Amino acid sequence: MIIVFALFLLTLLVITALAIVQTTNLFVAVMLTSIFSLLMASNFFILDAADVALTEAAVGAGITTVIFLAALMLTTEHEKPHLSRRKLNTVVITILASLIIYATFDKPRLGDPDAPVHQHLAPWYLEKTPEYMDFPNVVTAILGSFRGYDTLGEVFVVFAACIGVLFILGVKPPEGSTYNPYRSGLKHHLIPQVVGRLLIPFLVLFGLYVQFHGEYSPGGGFQAGALIASAIILYALLEGEAAALRAVPRSVLLGLVIGGATLYGGVGVVCILMGGNFLEYTVLLDNPVAAQQTGIILIEAGVGMAVCGALLSIFHAFAARPMRV
Amino acid sequence: MDLTPHLPALQVIVPMLSAPLIVLLKPRGLAWAGATAVALLSFAVALNMAIAISDGAHYRYDMGGWAAPYGIELSVGAFSSLILLIVTGAAATALLAGRASIDSQIEPDRQPMFYAAWLLALAGLAGIAVSADAFNIFVFMEISSLASYVLIAGGPNRRALPAVFKYLVMGTIGATFYLIGVGLVYMMTGTLNLADMEARVGAVDDINPILVAAGFITIGLALKAAVFPLHVWLPNAYTHSPHMVTVFLAACATKVAIYVLIRFDFFVFQSNFDWHGSHFSSFLMPLGLLGILVASAVAMFEGHIKRLLAMSSVAQIGYIILGASFVTQDGLTASAAHLFNHALAKGGLFLAIAALACHYDDLRLDRLAGAARSMPWTSAALAICGFSLVGVPGTAGFISKWLLIDAALDQGPFAWLLVLIILASSLMALAYVWRIVETLYKKPAVVQPSSAGEAPLELLLITWLIALANIGFGLFPQFPLNLASAAAELLMGHAL
Amino acid sequence: MNLLELLGYFNYWVFAIVLMVGLYTVIAKINLVKKLIGLSIFQSAVFLMYITMDKVEGGTAPIILKGMEGNVFSNPLPQVLILTAIVVGVSTLALGLAIVVRIYESYGTIEEDEILDAD
Repeated sequence: MIIVFALFLLTLLVITALAIVQTTNLFVAVMLTSIFSLLMASNFFILDAADVALTEAAVGAGITTVIFLAALMLTTEHEKPHLSRRKLNTVVITILASLIIYATFDKPRLGDPDAPVHQHLAPWYLEKTPEYMDFPNVVTAILGSFRGYDTLGEVFVVFAACIGVLFILGVKPPEGSTYNPYRSGLKHHLIPQVVGRLLIPFLVLFGLYVQFHGEYSPGGGFQAGALIASAIILYALLEGEAAALRAVPRSVLLGLVIGGATLYGGVGVVCILMGGNFLEYTVLLDNPVAAQQTGIILIEAGVGMAVCGALLSIFHAFAARPMRV
Repeated sequence: MDLTPHLPALQVIVPMLSAPLIVLLKPRGLAWAGATAVALLSFAVALNMAIAISDGAHYRYDMGGWAAPYGIELSVGAFSSLILLIVTGAAATALLAGRASIDSQIEPDRQPMFYAAWLLALAGLAGIAVSADAFNIFVFMEISSLASYVLIAGGPNRRALPAVFKYLVMGTIGATFYLIGVGLVYMMTGTLNLADMEARVGAVDDINPILVAAGFITIGLALKAAVFPLHVWLPNAYTHSPHMVTVFLAACATKVAIYVLIRFDFFVFQSNFDWHGSHFSSFLMPLGLLGILVASAVAMFEGHIKRLLAMSSVAQIGYIILGASFVTQDGLTASAAHLFNHALAKGGLFLAIAALACHYDDLRLDRLAGAARSMPWTSAALAICGFSLVGVPGTAGFISKWLLIDAALDQGPFAWLLVLIILASSLMALAYVWRIVETLYKKPAVVQPSSAGEAPLELLLITWLIALANIGFGLFPQFPLNLASAAAELLMGHAL
Repeated sequence: MNLLELLGYFNYWVFAIVLMVGLYTVIAKINLVKKLIGLSIFQSAVFLMYITMDKVEGGTAPIILKGMEGNVFSNPLPQVLILTAIVVGVSTLALGLAIVVRIYESYGTIEEDEILDAD
């Protein structure tokens, strides 16, 4: 049954992708992209990737869409319908597609427990996580500790994007720009007001749950950061961007980003100072299991802070920019 | 406490963790001072490792205390060390020399973010060089790419924006291709550590996914490295970025991608598959040769001095790729040496151009006529670095060109053709460098400089330091050559 | 060929098709926002490829609760990698959009050919 459902979802995925290419209204394209992400998230869930599904839904379908819409507001909604005339494109793409499909014939069968992917590293992680960390979510264990250095890098990718957007949009807007008419939010629309206000506290609460329960169930810093950021973005949409900035000012957001990134890096440096390698949490406390848990909780907090602050800074950088007339 | 075993990690985390703190340094000049200090510290770390490595050391580091392949391993050998020297050297030099130039191109309130992005680019490039984990390389590639997009977008002219957009799109496609390739290899081997991949990839029965993976990885990284004909993002990105960013990125950004390309192909595939060597050369040798010829020819007729040198960079990438495509010890040595020498020459040239730009707003070649009269020192340094780029005897460029020709002579019946192409392109290089020198020295001035006199003293001093280094490493090339031949040995050691 | 096997191939084919749809959008469309949308589809396809390989027959999400130690779990590692990749994707996108906004402000258009004509 679930397989039929998966086939159905995948087919929808392809149809949505084609529809996105076809449409010349960018607003429609962005909304379809959001649907595409949700379908993708459902697919991930069917394939047992709960953490990834949660992230794709929060980041792909939520935050990405909002940033796209904010950018469309500052640019234009319509795409000129013609294509570039280079014939080469189709040739390149056909060759690549057949190459990939050719490669799939030797790929291991889906779900084959004897596939090489499931032989080497994965069993080790599944076996050692209960021993070294003593908590159930293996994804969090790899993310926070076994491959914690990747995650640190990822936090700095987000940080780079955040300062990048602030830098690029930090120049003065062109002469004669005006603020957009929706800057005051949807204050005068009753239904979004009521529904939205009901949602915000739950979103924040869910975000905090995901943050602090990441060792036990799907979730962690990224998902939490994205969820809390989306709660505040929702607030900004309802009450106006200025009100959201009053509630959480820009300096606080930048502080969150810097604080989060520094907290994560700081934990690593403390590990060096206490005689371990970078990010070797085991040296933090006498009990190695408790030390691993402490380290992971601390860095997850850093991740959550940095992601939440960065996404909100990016949102405000777009939303607060006056439009070119 | 002894920090020596931590050096590979410090190489990355020092600039990376400093970046957020730099954002906080609002007062004028402080962000510059902080970033420069950090970049110099990174250079000291790289130099420290390079000296130990040329005595035969090899650094390994287990991140988080988890042994490879379960954790992420850092590994610094001769090849990585050479790249680290180039990256940190370029970052530090450009910052030291560039305060006035950056001040004139970036508004004061945006400067802290600019310097933070600079350090992130440095950390990302260094992170790629030290990493021994395929996926970790992807993460740091993205850090360095995002940071370099930011740096280029700081360009004063609006043309920087479409240029950086193109770079962003093509860079992301390149990185994603790499990710697909890594995914396919991971699918067939179950591991992400490069050394572990090498050990396991030979045991794979179904070879098709590996073949496709090799293709994706090579094309993706060639895109990042601006190998001809995938170089279309490079000329505009280099031309319109702030002058100091051009110094930094032209000296090292594409070279790090070449490094990953060579390292991945030689570490993972070369020793396992008989076909790999011939595939590698038959794919990259034509591209290298075409790149050398076409880009040099285009550069001869280019009117904007930065664009001219950017095209010349594409040609130089061709030389590096050509050397590697011989798949011999000599060829790889020539490649590695050329990585280093080209960084010196091109870095020096772009520094001199930044100095010219202090007094000339318009950098089209015909507008620069007669500049040597008001800026004799800058022009002389530019000429020295230019001759090093051509490969005039006595300069660093000569050493690597010589090695390349030497390596080409072993290439069977068509060796004479290869040598001929290298010589022809050197003549073309001489033609475009001579065109610059002639314009600066011989032609009557068209535009009066905005103010008379030389560039700021620190910029001039550093430019001359690099120009003298071009001569110094031409006369005494032992140190980089030792590293280069050790690097080639490391790469070919896997083939034996 | 049983259903799971079919789904296995189907997943990879969908990956290939979506990847190419994304790449086509990036290369052939000249609207800059559309290019970025294509880029994000292109990246999503790769996420699908990684997540497809994590599935183990009869497995569940890799969360080892008490009393479940003997169960079959799907592979956690590709999931971790894709978590990272998703965040990298959104970061690139945000930066790209910021550049597009600035391009629109300076050129008054986000169509590539008109931008080229303007300079």
